[in-house]
Amino acid sequence: MIAVALWSVAALLALAPAGIVLSTRPRGSIILYGGCLIATSTLCVTALSDLLFFPHLTPSATLPIGLPWLGAHFRLDALSAFFLVVVNLGGAAASLFALGYFRHEDSPGRVLPFYPAYLAGMNVVVLANDAFSFLVAWEFMSLTSWAMVVSHHREAENVRAGYVYLLMASFGTLALLLAFGLLASGAGYDFDAIRASHPSVAVSGVVVILMLLGAGSKAGLVPLHAWLPLAHPAAPSHVSGLMSGVMTKVAVYGFVRIVFDLLPEPVWWWSMVVLLVGGPSATLGVLYALMQRDIKRVLAYSTIENIGIIFTGLGLALAFKAEGLDWVAALAFTAAMLHVFNHALFKSLLFFGAGAVLGATGERDMEKLGGLIHRMPKTAFAVLVGCVAISALPPFNGFVSEWLTFQAILLSPQLPSWGLKLVIPAVGGLLALAAAFAAACFVKLYGISFLGRPRSDVAASAHETDRFSLTAMFVLAALCLVAGILPGLFIDALAPVSKDMVGNIMPHQVGLQWLTIVPIAESRSSYNGLLVFLFAALCGTTAATAIHRFASDRLRRAPAWDCGYPDPNPAIQYSASSFSQPIRRVFGSVIFAAREIGEMPPPSSPAPARLQVELHDLIWDVLYAPIAKVIGFATDRINILQFLTIRRYLTLVFVALVVLLLVVAL
Amino acid sequence: MSSLQFDIAHLLAGSLVLASFMMLYQDRLYALLNVYALHAGVLALSVAWQAYVQQAPHLYVTALIALVFKAIIIPVALHRIIKRLGIHREIENAIGIGLTMMAGIGLVALSMVVMLRVTPSADALAREDLAFALSVVLLGLLIMVTRRNAVSQVVGFMSLENGLVLAATGAKGMPLVVEISVAFSVLIAFIVIGIFLFRIRERFDSVDVQELDRFRGERR
Repeated sequence: MIAVALWSVAALLALAPAGIVLSTRPRGSIILYGGCLIATSTLCVTALSDLLFFPHLTPSATLPIGLPWLGAHFRLDALSAFFLVVVNLGGAAASLFALGYFRHEDSPGRVLPFYPAYLAGMNVVVLANDAFSFLVAWEFMSLTSWAMVVSHHREAENVRAGYVYLLMASFGTLALLLAFGLLASGAGYDFDAIRASHPSVAVSGVVVILMLLGAGSKAGLVPLHAWLPLAHPAAPSHVSGLMSGVMTKVAVYGFVRIVFDLLPEPVWWWSMVVLLVGGPSATLGVLYALMQRDIKRVLAYSTIENIGIIFTGLGLALAFKAEGLDWVAALAFTAAMLHVFNHALFKSLLFFGAGAVLGATGERDMEKLGGLIHRMPKTAFAVLVGCVAISALPPFNGFVSEWLTFQAILLSPQLPSWGLKLVIPAVGGLLALAAAFAAACFVKLYGISFLGRPRSDVAASAHETDRFSLTAMFVLAALCLVAGILPGLFIDALAPVSKDMVGNIMPHQVGLQWLTIVPIAESRSSYNGLLVFLFAALCGTTAATAIHRFASDRLRRAPAWDCGYPDPNPAIQYSASSFSQPIRRVFGSVIFAAREIGEMPPPSSPAPARLQVELHDLIWDVLYAPIAKVIGFATDRINILQFLTIRRYLTLVFVALVVLLLVVAL
Repeated sequence: MSSLQFDIAHLLAGSLVLASFMMLYQDRLYALLNVYALHAGVLALSVAWQAYVQQAPHLYVTALIALVFKAIIIPVALHRIIKRLGIHREIENAIGIGLTMMAGIGLVALSMVVMLRVTPSADALAREDLAFALSVVLLGLLIMVTRRNAVSQVVGFMSLENGLVLAATGAKGMPLVVEISVAFSVLIAFIVIGIFLFRIRERFDSVDVQELDRFRGERR
C-alpha cells in the first residue's frame, strides 16, 4: 500500500523537472497534467482502498533520505489515508480541469514545473511520520504554491500577494518548528517516539497554541487569514482550487495529527481556544466574502468561513473528549472530517467554475459579468450545484456536515464545565449566522454572474468552456450530490479515523432504513438526504411537467418590465454591491469601518453622481499595520549597521567577544 | 614536570603577553614591526620549550616556522612595504595610550578569570598557557581595534595568530597538520592583505582606513 503511494509521489516529483522541458512543447501541458492525473488517481484509489478495506493496518516505511541519523519515516494510518483521498481527489480533479484550462495560460513554464511538485509536497506532508520530513514537505508545499501565486508576476497585486503569502508561510512554519521542537525535546523527531512520550500539560498547551498559529495561518483562521484572499485568487484557477480546497485541508491535517494524535489527553481550555478562533472565523470570513465583487476573492473568503466551521468541529471534539464524552467527540470529529471532504469537493468545483468564467470572459469582477447561464449553460449548472452545496442546502453534502456539527453543539448542555456550556451555544449562534450569510453570499455570486443581462461585451460574447473542464466540474458536482444523499456511507468510512483520533466512533449508519442517518438516537434527530432529494426531484418534475402541459403554449417575446425607466442599459441592473448593501449597512460600520461617499455634481452640471464605498479589513489595520510599522521602524534603525566603518565592525566583534567572556567568567 | 620547566614555560608565555603590551603603545610603524618580530621570536622560543618539555619533536617544526616566517620574513616584507609606501614617518593612535593600556590590563585579568573558571581540571601548564594565549589573542584584537593604519591592523592580526599558536602548542597532542595549515593560512592572509594594501594605496594615496570610510561617504 504505502509502497504504491510512495512510488506515485516519486512519479509526481519526477514530473516536476520534466515540466521544465515540457513547458516548451506544444503538447507538453497535456502530457504533464495527464501524468499528474494518473499519479493522483492512483494515490486516491490506493488511499481509498486502504481506508475502506484495511483501516486497521498501519503500514510504514523508512527511506534513507533526510537527516542521516533519522531517515525519512512514512506511515499510512486511517487519518493519513482519509486525507490522502481528499488531497488526491482534489489533485485529480484539478489535473483533469487543467487538461482543458491550460490553453488560457500564456506562460506555462511558470506553472508546469511547480504543479506536480506541489502535489507531491502535499502528499508527503500527509504521509510523513517524523517531524523533519513533515516540516520539509510543508515548506516544499508552501514554496511551490508561492511560485504559482506569483506566476502572473507582471501584476503588482500578485507580487504583493506573493510577498504577504511568503511572510505568513514563514511565520506559520516557525510556529510549527517551535511546536515540534517542544515535542521532540523529550523524544526525538520520530512521530512514534513523540506519541510514546508524554509531554507535560504545560508543554502540550503551548504546542496546541503554536499549532493553532502554524496550521491556522496556513488554513486561514482569523486573524491569520490576511494572506489567503490575496494569494488564492492570484494563482491560476486550477491551482486556486487546489490551494483553497486542498492545501487548507493539509493544514487541518497537521493540526489534527499533532493535537489529536501526538499529544496526550486534551484539557478543556484547548477546546475553548479553538472554538473562540473557529466560530468568529466562520462568521467574519463569510461577511468579508459577502462584501467582495471579485468572484475568486469571494471564494477565497468563503474558504475562511469553512475552515472556521471545520475548526469549530475540531474544538467541539476536543471539548467533549476532554470532558469524557467520547461518543459526542466522535460525532463532532466526524462532522469536521466530513466537512473537510465536502469543502474540498465544492470549493474546487466553484474555483473551477470561476476559472471557466475567467477563461471565457477574462473577467473576475462580478459587476462586469451577468447572463452567463445562457452562454455557458453547463458551467452554470455545475456552479449552481456547487453554490447550493456550499450554502448547506439539502440534499447536497454541505448540509450534512454542518447539520452534524450542530447536532454536536446541541449536546453541549451535557458538558460539566460552565465555561464551555456558555461558549459553545454562542459559537453555535455564530455558525448559524455564518450559514445564513453563506447562502446570501452565493445567491449573490450566482445571481449577479450567471443571471440577469450581460454587463459587458466580454460577458455577452462568452462561450461554453471545454470538455475536460466540464468533466472535472461535473464529476465533483456528482460527488457533492452522492455525499449529500448517501452520507451514511461516508460516515461509516470515517469510523476508523474517528476511532484512532478520539477513541470512539459514531453509530453505524449503513443498513438503517431508507439510508437515513441517525447521529445520536432516532428519538432525537435523523436526516434522510435520499428522501429529500427524491421529494425535491419529484416536486420539481411534477411542477415543470404541469406548467409545460397546462400552461399556454403561445409564446410571446416582449421587453421585460423596466419599472418605468425606459433605459435598456444593463448597468442599471441590481449589482453585486447593491445586493450586499443591506448587510453592509447592518455590520459594515462596525466590522469593516465601511463608509459610503456620495458625490453629487453641482446643479446644472451634466456630470454623473457617484457613490463610492470604502471598506477596511480592520484586522489588517489593527493587527498587521502596527506590526509592519514597528518592524519597519526597527529595520530602519538597524540599517545603520550595514554601513559601519571597518574599525567599528572590528570593535563590535571585539566587544561581543569580551561580553561573552565576561558572561563565562562571572 | 619539574618546577623549573614549568617556571620557564610560564616565563616565556608571560614575555609574550609583555611583548603584546609593548606593541600596544608603539606609535611608529617601524618600532611596531620590531616589537612584532620580538613577539614572534618569543613565540618561537616558547614553542621550542614546549617541544622540549612535552618531548614532541614536531613542535620544533612549529617553532621553526614561527621563527622563519613570523620573526623574519613577514617583518622584513612589511618593512619593505612601508618603505615603498613611504609611510614610515606616520604616527597614529586611535585611542590614547593610557586608556589602551588600561583596557589591555583589563583584558588580561578577564582572560585569567575565564581560564581559571573554565578549566579547573586541566593540568597546570596547559591552564596557564591557555590563559596567556587568550590574553595575547585579546590584545591582538585590541591592537586591531585601536589602530587606523592598515599595516598596523595587519600586525595586530598577526600577533593575534601568535596567541592561537601558543594555545595550540600548550594543548598536548595537537597534530602537526593543523599547525602547518594555520601557518599557511596566515601566510595567505598576509599576501592577500599585502596586495590589498597596495590597491588601497593606489586608489587613495594613503593606507589610513579612514580614507576608505570617507570614500564610502560615511559620517564620522
